[in-house]
Amino acid sequence: MTGPDWLTLSIMLPLFGAVAAFILPRAAAGLGLATVAATTLCVLMMADRVAAFGAVTVPLGGWGAPLGIELRADGLSVAMLALTGMVGLLVSVSAIDAFAGDRTARQRHYFWPLWLLLLSGLNGVYLGTDLFNLYVMIEIIALAAVGLTVLGGTREALRAGLDYVYASILGALLFLLGVGLIYLQLGRLDFAGVIAAPPSAAMTAALAVMFVGLALKTALFPLHVWLPAAHANAAAPASALLSGLVVKGALYIVLRLAGYMPALTEDILTLIGLMGAGAVIWGGIQALRADRLKLLVAWSTVAQIGLIFVALARAGERGLSDSWKAAALLILAHGIAKAAMFLAAGRIKDEVGHDRIRDLDRSPIRPTLAQVTFALAAINLIGLPPSLGFIGKWQLMEGAMMAGYWHWVAITMIGTLFSVAYFSRVLAGFLRFDRVRGGPLAEHHGWSGADAAPLILAGAAVLLGLAAGPIIAFIDLGAGGAMP
Amino acid sequence: MTPDLIYGAAGLAVFGIGLWGAIALQDRMRRLLGLKLCSVGAGFVLIVGAWREPPAAPDPVPHALVITGIVVMLSATAAALALIRRLHDLEAADDRA
Repeated sequence: MTGPDWLTLSIMLPLFGAVAAFILPRAAAGLGLATVAATTLCVLMMADRVAAFGAVTVPLGGWGAPLGIELRADGLSVAMLALTGMVGLLVSVSAIDAFAGDRTARQRHYFWPLWLLLLSGLNGVYLGTDLFNLYVMIEIIALAAVGLTVLGGTREALRAGLDYVYASILGALLFLLGVGLIYLQLGRLDFAGVIAAPPSAAMTAALAVMFVGLALKTALFPLHVWLPAAHANAAAPASALLSGLVVKGALYIVLRLAGYMPALTEDILTLIGLMGAGAVIWGGIQALRADRLKLLVAWSTVAQIGLIFVALARAGERGLSDSWKAAALLILAHGIAKAAMFLAAGRIKDEVGHDRIRDLDRSPIRPTLAQVTFALAAINLIGLPPSLGFIGKWQLMEGAMMAGYWHWVAITMIGTLFSVAYFSRVLAGFLRFDRVRGGPLAEHHGWSGADAAPLILAGAAVLLGLAAGPIIAFIDLGAGGAMP
Repeated sequence: MTPDLIYGAAGLAVFGIGLWGAIALQDRMRRLLGLKLCSVGAGFVLIVGAWREPPAAPDPVPHALVITGIVVMLSATAAALALIRRLHDLEAADDRA
C-alpha cells in the first residue's frame, strides 16, 4: 500500500499522546484533544481507503501472518473506529469542561493519559487479526478503564473499580486460556488460520472458554454484576467512555469471531440469545427499580447489551451471515446514544445538585438542554424512528420474522416496553412542575456550553438513522471470506 | 502419559483452583491470588504448545507469548494491589473516626 500507514498511526498516536499527557500534565487537555482529533483524522483517511479498496492489510514490520502480526481494516473495523473517534472527540470536549477548576485538578491530571491509553487499546482491538494480540489489547483497555472508573476516588467508586478489576482480569485470563487451547491444536493464532480450522469438539471448547471471558468483559447477563456500580459511580465523562465505548471492545471480538466461526451451532446461538433475553428482562426490571439517574442508565446498558446478543442470535445458524449486521447497527446506536445519555445525566446532576429520580420534579432548576439531550438519547435507545436504534431493532425483528423465530421478536418488544417504562420515569420528572420546592421555577437556569457536545452526540444518533442504508453497505465492505 | 499431557492437565487444574478462589473467596487479597493462579495455569497451557518430542527443538512462539502474558499480568496485579491498599486505608480511616 502507498501513502502513510493510517492503521499503525491510529494505534501509535494515542499511545504516544498518553505518555506525553502524563509527562506534561499542564498541557494534558490540549495534547489530549489534539491527539484524539488527529487519530480521528487517521480513521477518516482509512475509511476513504476502505471505501476504495474494500479492506486494507498491514503486516507490521514487514512480517506477515502467521508468525508476524497483521493489522486489517475493513468496513466493520472502520465503523467501530469511527464510532470510537466520534464519541471520543465529543466526550473529550465535554471532559475539558467537566474537569475544569481546582477541585478536579487531580482527576484532570489522570483522565487524559488514561483515556488516550484506552483509545489506543480500542483501536488495537478493532484492527487486530491475531488472537494473542487481541488479548494484550483487551488487557490494556481493562487497565485504562479501571483507572477511569476510580478517577473520582470515592469509596463507592473504588469498591466498584476493584470488582471491575477482578471481573476484567478473569475475563481476559479465560480468553487467554482459550487462546492457549487454540494454539495447542493449530499452532497459529491469526484469524486466517483460525477460520480455516476444521470444526472439532476441542475447537468448540476453546471458543466457548473465550466466549465466557468476553461475556464477562462485556457484561452479558448473568455475568453483568460488576457493571452497574462501576458505570454509575464513575465521573460523567468516564461513565460515557465506559458505557459507550469500553464494553464494545469485547463485543466486537464476539461479533468478529461469530462471523468467522463455522463451529457456531444452532444450540450455542440459542443459548447466547437466551442470555441476551435474560439481560433484556433483568436489566429492564433493575432499571425500573433504580433510585439514581446514573444507576438507571447503567442498568439500561445491561439490557441493551443483551439486545445486541439477541440480534446476533435472531435468525439462527443460517441467518448469521446477516445477523451480525443488525448487531453492529445496535452497537453503533448504543455507543453514541449511551455516551450522550451519561454526559447528559452528569450535567443534570451537576446543575440540580443530586440525581435522585424521585426528586427530579421537585427541583426549581431545570437544565433544559441536558434534559433534551437525555430525551433524544432515550428516543434512540427505545428505538423510535428515524433513529439509528430504530433501524437496528427493525433489522433485528425483520430477520427474526423471516426466519420464523417469533420468540426473538417478542423479546425485542418486551425490551422496548421496558425501556419506554424506565425512561418515562425520568422524562416524567423533567416535565412535571407542580411539585417544585424551594423558590420559584427557574426553567432557563442551567444552560451552558458544556451541553453542546452531548447534544450533538444525541442528535447525531437520531439523524444517523436516515443514513442507515450507506452505513449498512459500508460495514459490509471487505467482510466474509475476503481474508488474505 | 506423555510430558505434554501431564503439563497441560496440571495447567488446567491450576487454572481451575485459581478460578474457584477468585469467585468463591471473600478476602480481597485471596481473590487476587486466585487470579494470579489462573494466569499461571493459562501460561502452562500455552507452554505445552511449545513441547515437541525430543530431539526436535521446542517451538519458541509460546515462550514469547507467555513472557508477554507475565508482563501484562504484572501490571494488572500492580493496579489491583494499589486499589486494595487505597481501599484499606480509606476503610481504616473510617474505623478510627
